[in-house]
Amino acid sequence: MITVNGESRTLEKPVTVTEYLEACNYVPVQVVVELNEEIIKRETYDTTVLKDGDVVEILQFMGGGSC
Amino acid sequence: MAETVQASQQDGHFNESIVNEEILEDMKKNRIDHMKYLPDMEQLEESDVMDQVITAMNAYDYDKYTEADVRRALAHDNRTPEDFKALLSPAALPLLEEIAQAARIETRKHFGNSICMFTPIYIANYCENYCIYCGFNCHNKIRRAQLNADEIEKEMAAIAETGLQEILILTGESKSKSNLEYIGKACEIARKYFKVVGLEVYPMNSDEYAYLHKCGADYVTVFQETYNSDKYETLHLAGHKRIFPYRLNTQERALKGGMRGVGFAALLGLDDFRKDAFATGYHAYLLQRKYPHAEIAFSCPRLRPIINNDRINPKDVHEPQLLQVVCAYRLFMPFASITVSTRECERVRDNLVNIAATKISAGVSTGIGSHVDDIEDKGDDQFEISDGRSVDEVFNALKDHGLQPVMNDYIYL
Amino acid sequence: MTTANTNEDKLILGGHEFTSRFILGSGKFSLELVKACIEKAGTQIVTLALRRANEGGLANILDYVPKDVTLLPNTSGARNAQEAVRIARLSRELGCGDFVKIEVIHDSKYLLPDNYETIKATEILAKEGFVVMPYMYPDLNAARDLVNAGAACVMPLGSPIGSNKGICTKEFIQILIDEIDLPIIVDAGIGRPSQACEAMEMGAAAVMANTAIATAGDVRVMAEAFKKAIEAGRSAYLSGMGRTLERGASASSPLTGFLHE
Repeated sequence: MITVNGESRTLEKPVTVTEYLEACNYVPVQVVVELNEEIIKRETYDTTVLKDGDVVEILQFMGGGSC
Repeated sequence: MAETVQASQQDGHFNESIVNEEILEDMKKNRIDHMKYLPDMEQLEESDVMDQVITAMNAYDYDKYTEADVRRALAHDNRTPEDFKALLSPAALPLLEEIAQAARIETRKHFGNSICMFTPIYIANYCENYCIYCGFNCHNKIRRAQLNADEIEKEMAAIAETGLQEILILTGESKSKSNLEYIGKACEIARKYFKVVGLEVYPMNSDEYAYLHKCGADYVTVFQETYNSDKYETLHLAGHKRIFPYRLNTQERALKGGMRGVGFAALLGLDDFRKDAFATGYHAYLLQRKYPHAEIAFSCPRLRPIINNDRINPKDVHEPQLLQVVCAYRLFMPFASITVSTRECERVRDNLVNIAATKISAGVSTGIGSHVDDIEDKGDDQFEISDGRSVDEVFNALKDHGLQPVMNDYIYL
Repeated sequence: MTTANTNEDKLILGGHEFTSRFILGSGKFSLELVKACIEKAGTQIVTLALRRANEGGLANILDYVPKDVTLLPNTSGARNAQEAVRIARLSRELGCGDFVKIEVIHDSKYLLPDNYETIKATEILAKEGFVVMPYMYPDLNAARDLVNAGAACVMPLGSPIGSNKGICTKEFIQILIDEIDLPIIVDAGIGRPSQACEAMEMGAAAVMANTAIATAGDVRVMAEAFKKAIEAGRSAYLSGMGRTLERGASASSPLTGFLHE
């Protein structure tokens, strides 16, 4: 079980960040990934494995300016 | 070096009244590099204030300003350095009445009708500098003297009796005769009798200012005399004062040492007074921005006759020009204290405090030990004063003009 | 007569030069309108927010922003310095440059910024090489702290976010303009082009607006109106216009009669 953007997700087997992003149809170049409050560098998406209990944030730019 | 003398005679701002034959001879001798710090002098490596002042002064072309520029400057409610330049330009002189009216409004807005009173006390007149226009210069044959601690105490007690609560301590610039401990002792004595203690002594390093602040000094005034380093070099032939950048950075070192206020002045009439007045104001402006807590003060001295040269005069700085400078300082920095010296006569002083000045000395003597009778008046004066009125006389004159004499305007903490 | 040089008039932020003085916020727009607005506004800087991504790779705002426009991620949502720093670092990881607009807000009613936390975040991010543009309440002491902390500009609010009330803090913004050597960019509360023009006449280096444009009937026309107003205000400022002094009514008797030559 891992937490992604505040929601619980069950992993059937350990996967890399790249594999997870592809499986959920994220566009890797458009997002930034934070694993347990540490930024994951894009170069290490292939080698970083998500494991049970991890907290993941996947973020992207939206319109914003508020004022 | 003879070439330098000639060059300065040709630049249109040579004040011939200062020199005599002896000085002209001395000006031909070799002198040390006035831009190079001496070994014991603290350098503010990271500060670019001097460069900014000199660059802006050199670029100041006062002939390009018009009446319209001056009117625009008057209409602004927060004036820029560009406005200040216009107000100091020849184009502003015909508008002097309007400028004086505007300056008076600013002064009353920030100070009400209060005028601070103080007096200088000269505790020594030994000097190691050779400033050719100054009565204390080391080659001028005058009687030298220095008060000891007892004499300082007697003088200060006598001054305090007149009701004054602010004192300005002056020594002449001799580090060997009037050392740091001596000046510190004078500050400690002054603190017993006065609420505000100012210093007008030789420039020091910031740690020395920190020491004097601990001894009781509140503010430091140092006159730059002129911001034109080439002219400066021809006027200050020897001594620590010859080192131009060290003198210019004095106020910043004093603020780093913890002084609450710093005073600025160019001696008007030495060089191009418009450029010098601009540099003085801009220097203060930059330091106020860099040290927002600093209290800023201006003095506006003109050249005066000295012992052994009664011909010295302020050249092209006549009364209207003096008033123009004082008003320009006021309009540019409405919150600054402006002192009017006893170099000026009663008529000029009383009118300047009614327009823009906020601080006036009274009961002044520039000699050594002249405030009490039982100390022999043993040292000669720095310059001829022009307004010899007592504290009571100045106090009453201010009241007669509808102004409120104030003996001090803050509590020392 | 002073001559205004309008040709080489550039806004400089962290060493980067801009000719437009209009910073556009991209919130509350449909994505198709963002591109048109940027063009009509002539803007070279657009703010963005960082949010959780949706699964399935929906439309991305970056596809609608021309490549030569500088992206200015903001830290909206941050309630303290630590969160602002976290958002800034995440934003930079998206590879869109070093600019960041710091917003630290923990007041849900008025949305007023926290100057103290903003200064702390500015100091940390400036040291990490960010071009830091802090949104703040116009306080001179806080602005000086931001300068010392390494900010690239100071962005005081004109009035509360989204209020469209204009420059309610005029006197205090004027003080910042007069006293701070960095560009002062008026942010928040600008509801009409005339208010943007007023800020520029005062000497503001740029104006940031979003809601006023996003909520207009025709956002493209409004974007262009803001562009023109900002340019007009800038020209007026450069022309050296006078500010009017509130003088007392009566002139006193002549003050210069005492002078002798």
